Amino acid sequence: MVPLSHYLILSAALFAIGMFGALTRRNAIGILMALELMFNAVNLNFVAFSRYLPQTMLQGQIFAIFVITVAAAEAAVGLAIVLGLYRNFKSVNVDEINLMKG
Amino acid sequence: MEKALERFYSVFAEWGVPSIVPQLIVMLVVVSVVILFISVSVMFMIWWERKISAHIQVRYGPMRVGGWHGWAQSIADGIKLLLKEDIIPAGADKLVFALAPMVVFAAALAAYVIIPFGPNLIVRDLNIGVLFYISISSLTVVGIIMAGWSSNNKYSVLGALRSAAQAVSYEVPLVVSVLGVIMTVGSLSMIQIVEAQKRIWFVIPQFFGFLIYLTAAIAECNRLPFDIPEAESELVAGFHVEYSGMRFAIFFLAEYANMFTVSAIATALFLGGWHGPLLPPWLWFLIKTYCIIFVMMWLRWTLARLRVDQLMNLGWKVLLPLAFLNMGITGLILVIHG
Amino acid sequence: MTVTQAVFFLLAAFTLGAALLVVLATNIVHCAIALVFTFFGVAALYVLLDAEFLAAVQVLLYVGGITILLLFAIMLTSRISARGVKIMNEQAGISALVVFAILALMVFANLKGLVLAAAPLPASYATASLGRLLLTTYVLPFEVVSILLLAAMVGAIILAKREREKD
Repeated sequence: MVPLSHYLILSAALFAIGMFGALTRRNAIGILMALELMFNAVNLNFVAFSRYLPQTMLQGQIFAIFVITVAAAEAAVGLAIVLGLYRNFKSVNVDEINLMKG
Repeated sequence: MEKALERFYSVFAEWGVPSIVPQLIVMLVVVSVVILFISVSVMFMIWWERKISAHIQVRYGPMRVGGWHGWAQSIADGIKLLLKEDIIPAGADKLVFALAPMVVFAAALAAYVIIPFGPNLIVRDLNIGVLFYISISSLTVVGIIMAGWSSNNKYSVLGALRSAAQAVSYEVPLVVSVLGVIMTVGSLSMIQIVEAQKRIWFVIPQFFGFLIYLTAAIAECNRLPFDIPEAESELVAGFHVEYSGMRFAIFFLAEYANMFTVSAIATALFLGGWHGPLLPPWLWFLIKTYCIIFVMMWLRWTLARLRVDQLMNLGWKVLLPLAFLNMGITGLILVIHG
Repeated sequence: MTVTQAVFFLLAAFTLGAALLVVLATNIVHCAIALVFTFFGVAALYVLLDAEFLAAVQVLLYVGGITILLLFAIMLTSRISARGVKIMNEQAGISALVVFAILALMVFANLKGLVLAAAPLPASYATASLGRLLLTTYVLPFEVVSILLLAAMVGAIILAKREREKD
């Protein structure tokens, strides 16, 4: 059987990869993808804990369902914002969208 | 069946081979049988569709190859497609171009896991049965977008985007229309859903659910009257314009395999699955499935194509509210009857 | 090494490789396709953890919903043919440093602190109990999330809609 720590390390690595993408990507859609990776890493943690810890009674899975729902809402709104940005700036690169910069 | 399987496993256990080896052998055999079944039934369906279309248009259709009513026409076509040159367009994204047909076919193949051909004739009676089909079928859309984008052709991109919009829009009424059946049975497992129809087929209490499911399923398969993703008169052939030979054959195979899957699921959910007098269960199941396929072909050759806006209106403003109404009424009746 | 462990390591390598491709590939469409494979890897890991329902939801929502949305947004915005554009900003070096530090911290804490629950519990639950819990104990969060979804839907439509009067 696979010990719990394996799952936790895997999820930590997935989270780190997603975080690197969110910090370095220039394309706004790329940043959203990296965010989804981080959500997945967190969900993996929840499901693993719900399987391995005694007396959790599926709480991890329930929380993962809520996280997936929020991720879907986030993707829809985020992509709508990206479309709005593209319409106004003709670009989706976040470092070119700096009107507020003094 | 199960006893033979157990004896097969025990033979390997006596020899001291780890249990993964016989399990892998069984898996391989099952996959080969499923692929063989898909190929044969798709070849039959293609020949049948050509015959039906011909007779609807007062023609004969293929008559020469193989003798009796051109029964070997599909085999000849298949051999021709296999022998054709494998062309990848110069501007295409080669890796994605090669990957796309595999993704589409994998999705079509995976759906066969939960089709209940008979009381024991199912690859695996999954706990999440219907949900498994719904989720795995969404992979087809990804494959279609991959194919359309990687071809580097504006017609194929347009076809792929249309297909994606259509599939996403019609997936919602499809799921909601199935919910009525699931609520009545109280289980997602295909075997239990079919068992629950021993006395009455769900097509009678869930008639609107059946109609909505059939409409949405035809749209999911990208067939007329919902075939705007590959509307020949405007988009040449939609997402598979640039595909030819073997790769095109795989798309074709997956399309007809999907048609069989949605019909088989309609049979299991609404038409009582394998239940029926006299004939063996698997035969009943196949007869009912092919009846639904016949209706789909009949519609294809008698109806005209919808426009994009008509398609979206039908999906979101007619089918979805009706499906919700059906679900709500079913729930109300279930609560009242206890 | 048992079969389960072998499957786990294969899946882990597959998931992490696809995730790396999501972050490092230069073509944004390739990133989206790699993302699909990552989601599949995670769904398979859910199956390994006896969470079949979540695996199906993962494939349905992420592959069938979010990835399609992302691909649509890519097709509607970026000039896909533009190759050789810089994909990373100038913070790449420092970000890598920070990320490695955090990863090291997490792995260290994992190996050091966590000793509980060596053996997994027997899988004794079904999808049915998940549904029952959602509609009894967790009915309030369930309703709140549905309101959130409604708000997100309205917000997305308003943001993405063109203003007719101005154009």
